[in-house]
Amino acid sequence: MNPAPASEPRPAGPLVLGIESSCDETGVGIVRGTTLLSNTVSSSMDEHVRFGGVIPEIASRAHLDAFVPTLQESLHTAGVTLEDIDAIAVTSGPGLAGALMVGVCAAKALALASGKPLYAINHLVAHVGVGLLDMSENRLPENRLPENLGALLVSGGHTEILRIRSITDDVELLGSTIDDAAGEAYDKVARLLGLGYPGGPAIDKMARTGNPKAIRFPRGLSQPKYMGTAEEPGPHRYDWSFSGLKTAVARCVEQFEARGEEVPVADIAAAFQEAVVDIITSKAVLACRENGITELLLGGGVAANSRLRELTGQRCRSAGIMLHVPPLQLCTDNGAMVAALGAQLVMAGIAPSGVAFAPDSSLPVTTVSV
Amino acid sequence: MLILAIDTSAVASAALISDDAMEGVVDSFATEDTRSHAEVLVPGIEQLLAGAGVSGADIDLIVTGVGPGPFTGLRSGIATARTLAFAWNKPLRGLMSLDAIALEVAESTGAPAEFLVATDARRKEVYWARYTLRDGQLPELADGPHVGFASELPELPVYGAGAGIYADVVKADEDFKDSQPSAASLGQFALALLAAGHELPDSTPLYLRESDAQVPGPRKRAL
Ligand SMILES: [Zn+2]
Repeated sequence: MNPAPASEPRPAGPLVLGIESSCDETGVGIVRGTTLLSNTVSSSMDEHVRFGGVIPEIASRAHLDAFVPTLQESLHTAGVTLEDIDAIAVTSGPGLAGALMVGVCAAKALALASGKPLYAINHLVAHVGVGLLDMSENRLPENRLPENLGALLVSGGHTEILRIRSITDDVELLGSTIDDAAGEAYDKVARLLGLGYPGGPAIDKMARTGNPKAIRFPRGLSQPKYMGTAEEPGPHRYDWSFSGLKTAVARCVEQFEARGEEVPVADIAAAFQEAVVDIITSKAVLACRENGITELLLGGGVAANSRLRELTGQRCRSAGIMLHVPPLQLCTDNGAMVAALGAQLVMAGIAPSGVAFAPDSSLPVTTVSV
Repeated sequence: MLILAIDTSAVASAALISDDAMEGVVDSFATEDTRSHAEVLVPGIEQLLAGAGVSGADIDLIVTGVGPGPFTGLRSGIATARTLAFAWNKPLRGLMSLDAIALEVAESTGAPAEFLVATDARRKEVYWARYTLRDGQLPELADGPHVGFASELPELPVYGAGAGIYADVVKADEDFKDSQPSAASLGQFALALLAAGHELPDSTPLYLRESDAQVPGPRKRAL
């Protein structure tokens, strides 16, 4: 390809349609290069409320019924037709197997019907790809990923710190949760405290009126035997664990009840949130410092949490790390992030995936596209 | 009339059905296994179309099996059918998947006037339906579809892979003990129903079972 002469405007980039169905959001987004044209999301969250967590079968049923209407609306909003599209991208993992299946089958059918190339992409890397869209003041510079980029992803389904050398083919997992995702821990604790579902916003709100120092909850995997040193890292230096924290909260509530005392819900919420946010941000910043990461992108639904944003911002500033937070509707699961990563793959000349791949619920983050 | 039929209620299958073709079937494919729908279905349809030299524009109607069948597999076909119908701007209809086997029974020699069709519902259960048959007519659904234990089926001859698995407790027909719903038979049934002036139902899946989710009870207090 010949570079365009300097006087001509930059080429607009490929028109890519992205499909997301890895958890409880059915998303279809459309981008042109790094420009967002539409981002339509249909969530089955309301149907999971009475269960206190995402029920995979209910999410899968909702995806089946939501897909075509979501696609239709996304095309309408973007003002494009299927014929206009240059490529289709779909989340092929990681995620809930039955939920992924719906999006993958729909994406393949769309590729067959339209004759467009199909990219099967990694959901986690797509959370990073969204940072490339020209949306916020906080966007990554000149739509190019910086040299030393990391990503901290925190949601109901995942808690990971990544290092991104190339968004199209070189992503490394530095650390992740070894049990519950942070968002899951929020849901479980919110249930313990009778605060409802989803737990993130409920606890965040309650925590504002409580004293985070009233109780000290454990920080998982923070002991020296797990941490080791920078020179000789322990087995879980950058990993998290939230199941012990959840148990500690349960025991704390029980103790108040056993003593016949009123449970100090606001203090417990604040102390729990502090424990989660403290261990997430301290390990993330440690991973950045020790891996030469100077710019960090925050993604996933828990990026909406006020305390997480605040403490991440504060600790990144002291460590000289530049923090990027995409607009919230792009942090939660959506189709635009899939399209954004798809556009990067097209522009990098990566070969499409064809229509014979299988969804992979545990797709490793090192596999950016299948 | 050219129909693209799809069924993934057990195996993954698709067929091109036309009233111009012999026996109505232009071409078809079906997998043997019941767990690779997402991989094989669209490549299979692609080959069907290419082999028959037709494109989406040539298709008049898409028909999908709506189950009953194991949920994830069943949804693969319906999601594919719905998306193709949208992208090609073609009408979409659904048919109960057990009808496919019922039609094959009706066309076999010595078919009884009343029989059951059963497929594997996993968890030691079968999906089943009761059909009646009058000479020269299409099989008629008399009861079902249901999901339940093979041992609790009405005492009638049972056709289909659901009978084959539980041949020790049901009157399984030997020739049909491995039969799975196929898009070819489903499409033929659809064509016959349309020719007889019937309307076909929409593509709403027949799950027959709720999701396994339990609403958590109230937490036990420590006191
Ligand atoms: Zn996500």
